[in-house]
Amino acid sequence: MNRLLILFLMVSLVIGCGDGKKGKDVPDDQVVAVESVINEKVAFPIYDFEGLEPLLHKDDGQTYIINFWATWCTPCLEELPYFERVRAEQKNNGVKVILVSLDMPHMWKSRLEPYVKNKGIQSEVVILDDPKQNDWIPKVNEEWGGGIPATLIYNKYKRGFFEQGFTYEELNSTVQTFIK
Amino acid sequence: MKTKRILGFLALTLIFGASFAMGISAAKDHIVDDGYQVGDVATDFSLKNVDGKMVSLADFKNAKGFVVVFTCNTCPYAQAYEDRMMALDAKYKSKGVPVVAINPSSKTGDAYEDMKTRAKEKGFTYPYLYDEGQKVYPTFGATRTPHVFLLQKTAKGNVVRYIGAIDDNYQDASKVDDKFVEAAVDAMLAGKEIAMKTTKAIGCGIK
Repeated sequence: MNRLLILFLMVSLVIGCGDGKKGKDVPDDQVVAVESVINEKVAFPIYDFEGLEPLLHKDDGQTYIINFWATWCTPCLEELPYFERVRAEQKNNGVKVILVSLDMPHMWKSRLEPYVKNKGIQSEVVILDDPKQNDWIPKVNEEWGGGIPATLIYNKYKRGFFEQGFTYEELNSTVQTFIK
Repeated sequence: MKTKRILGFLALTLIFGASFAMGISAAKDHIVDDGYQVGDVATDFSLKNVDGKMVSLADFKNAKGFVVVFTCNTCPYAQAYEDRMMALDAKYKSKGVPVVAINPSSKTGDAYEDMKTRAKEKGFTYPYLYDEGQKVYPTFGATRTPHVFLLQKTAKGNVVRYIGAIDDNYQDASKVDDKFVEAAVDAMLAGKEIAMKTTKAIGCGIK
């Protein structure tokens, strides 16, 4: 009974807050601020390409696996467990995985967050939100046409780009060539 | 003296041959797609449209060219461009450059029956062809949906003039700065050099 009461109180609080916001007239110059607050609520960092680029050029002795994916991309989802497995197996060898989501903005809360949570994904997830793709795709790799899944693997000594899906064996053996 | 010359000649031949072979292997490494490059002649195809009829490029007697788009039902990027593909078709069909859409995907939701449903729902104005057995898209070298190949009908065949994206903003048609395909078609019809012959865009890898 107590629990129900608390739940009722919480629900009415939430509804109350929502009403409060709606009721107030938000001046135009504050709209931007409100939007960025909404974005902040997404569980992952949101970058344009300029913001993402440093992650593609780290020079800290680690090997980075940068996987471009999206929740709507079935072949991407098929290979995600392999990236998770390689991350777990190779983390002591200095291998880090960054999953760069290309989900559209309206999917961030509705699809991306629940997917990452439900699958218990351990790799770092970031969002790339930059519609000027013809400008930034060649900066990731000149050969990349833009299809996903696509993966960049790099460290101090070596860089490789793969516009393809991986099996676990393929990914593992490719990563081995970077850490030896 | 003579042997020296022969040796020198041999050495030169070896060096030349080796660098030639290296050049070839380097060039091979460089090629990612075996498909068409701008300037290549595209082979015609015969694929089944959503209305059940077979369609070839040769059927379009009065066409000056084609906006061939590899697209599908399920890819959100392809969906984001469906209305813009119809706008392209509306603008250029009357000028002799119709849109021809080809679905190369074997993913769930992209089967022939699904295509029929989607075409009806959206009221596609262009043929929406099924690449049964996935034979045509590798010939073109399409890697993703949507992926555009602009062709110009010439005496030697349908020559590829542009490969890439429809425009530079998938998210918002009102924020597009560069309409790549329109610029390419306009230049092609005016007999001018196309400024941007290839562009890149995120799309769904074809499977």
